[in-house]
Amino acid sequence: MSLLAVRNLTAFYGDFQALFGIDFSLDEGETVAVIGANGAGKSTFLRSVTGLVKYAADEFSYDGRSIAGRKASDIPGLGIAMVPEGRKLFPSLSVEENLVIGGYDGRPGTWSLDRVYGMFPRLKERRDNPGTALSGGEQQMVAIGRALMANPKLLLCDELSLGLAPIIIKDIYESVPAIKAEGVSLLIVEQDINQALEVADRVYCFQEGRISLEGNPAQMSRDDIANAYLGKSQ
Amino acid sequence: MIEWVNSILQGVLTGGLYALFATGLAIIFGVMRLVNITHGDFIVLAAFVALVVVEGTGVGPFVSLIAVIPIMAVFGYVLQRGVLNPTLGPDLLPPLLVTFGLSIVVQNLLLEVFSADSQRLKIGAFETLSINLTENLAVGVFPLIIFVTAVVLIFAIQLVFNRTSLGRAFRATSDDPVTAQLMGIDHSHVYGLAMALALVLVAIAGVFLGVRTNFDPSVGPSRLLFAFEAVIMGGLGSLWGTLAGGIILGVAQNIGAKIDPGFQILAGHIAFLVVLAIRPNGLFPRTRDD
Repeated sequence: MSLLAVRNLTAFYGDFQALFGIDFSLDEGETVAVIGANGAGKSTFLRSVTGLVKYAADEFSYDGRSIAGRKASDIPGLGIAMVPEGRKLFPSLSVEENLVIGGYDGRPGTWSLDRVYGMFPRLKERRDNPGTALSGGEQQMVAIGRALMANPKLLLCDELSLGLAPIIIKDIYESVPAIKAEGVSLLIVEQDINQALEVADRVYCFQEGRISLEGNPAQMSRDDIANAYLGKSQ
Repeated sequence: MIEWVNSILQGVLTGGLYALFATGLAIIFGVMRLVNITHGDFIVLAAFVALVVVEGTGVGPFVSLIAVIPIMAVFGYVLQRGVLNPTLGPDLLPPLLVTFGLSIVVQNLLLEVFSADSQRLKIGAFETLSINLTENLAVGVFPLIIFVTAVVLIFAIQLVFNRTSLGRAFRATSDDPVTAQLMGIDHSHVYGLAMALALVLVAIAGVFLGVRTNFDPSVGPSRLLFAFEAVIMGGLGSLWGTLAGGIILGVAQNIGAKIDPGFQILAGHIAFLVVLAIRPNGLFPRTRDD
């Protein structure tokens, strides 16, 4: 059974239509990447899952239940946590407080401060610093740790690589297998196609609010992806 | 010489009351970027609620707080969720206009119900009780209680903000209400709680105001002005700054009154301008830009 199942999803910002009939599914334990150019609708798709944008859909279900129209603040309690684009740490909160607030909902699970510090030891040294005093890579670790503190079944990652040096991106993505090993399903939105293809079991390519390609990354050719990504004629 | 010391001492104690006025205002602005023009009228409203409780049940003003605090807190929560939350957004103007209108509504409702007569909450002989520090220097017990209450409350609220889950939710929502929702924080509810907390302080400040001075439905706006000046002088980095701002205002007013009774209010405003000229961001500014 799909953990997340979406049929015919459309979303608007005012008069501007950002998504045109997206069909999407993600199985339990699966890692799915969504790739696409700027403005393809990837972030809008994640904002729909987290309840931050209004949308219409024939089906929008998670774990067998419809979550269509749920308030954004109800979503983490269901086991969906998000690493937002640009990290979005809370500047008034220390590193540790940023992590703790990730578990605001009190959803039971296996993640704790100690386990997050075990995964990202650099954060422990800097626990009392303001979150925003850290380097970009460290901030991304805090943002991932903060989402894990919610004990999610489904982790949404929006542009983990954004604004980071390639070596840091590699560091960050090294944490993905450990997260998968916990049985967490991942939905990863990326512009960095190489990273996305490396960790994903399945890939969706978005183009101008529609899905232009879907499948197993091992069976896709570079040309297929380039066409789907950039919208060249077949 | 001793008279000047006395003026300063009484000014410090008055500053405690101003700090109580101001702390609620600082919380509301700090958490939800809402400039509450009705704040002064809420203080007067709380005093009238206390008056009704006192006259209705025969209890003293302090005991009446058992009823006044929850009434004001619930009123604050409902007002925030029902009226003020819809005005919040990137633009600061709508909440400003709505609370300005609300201020007029509250004043006129109070005028309609209680008339323009001056009222007072009475605590009997306790009101004038004092402690002699030296032969020529005495402090009133009641002003001292107000001051100590203000310090204790500010300490407690600072603790709530820094150490509790609710405090983290307040700060996170203040930083970024959208990302706060991704943490499972319902920002509408958090805003309601912040207003409720602010009106708990308003309830206490209102009762103290009613015991200390005469009040009538029109005195709200000048309390708002004192509260504003205390908040701005203090900066928005810490509630201790708000206390300092209140004390500066109280001391300046008392020294002004000592020079010439007509100079009291003006001296407070001059102190405000001087502090702003020297420290444009207040005494304890926010350490981050936003």
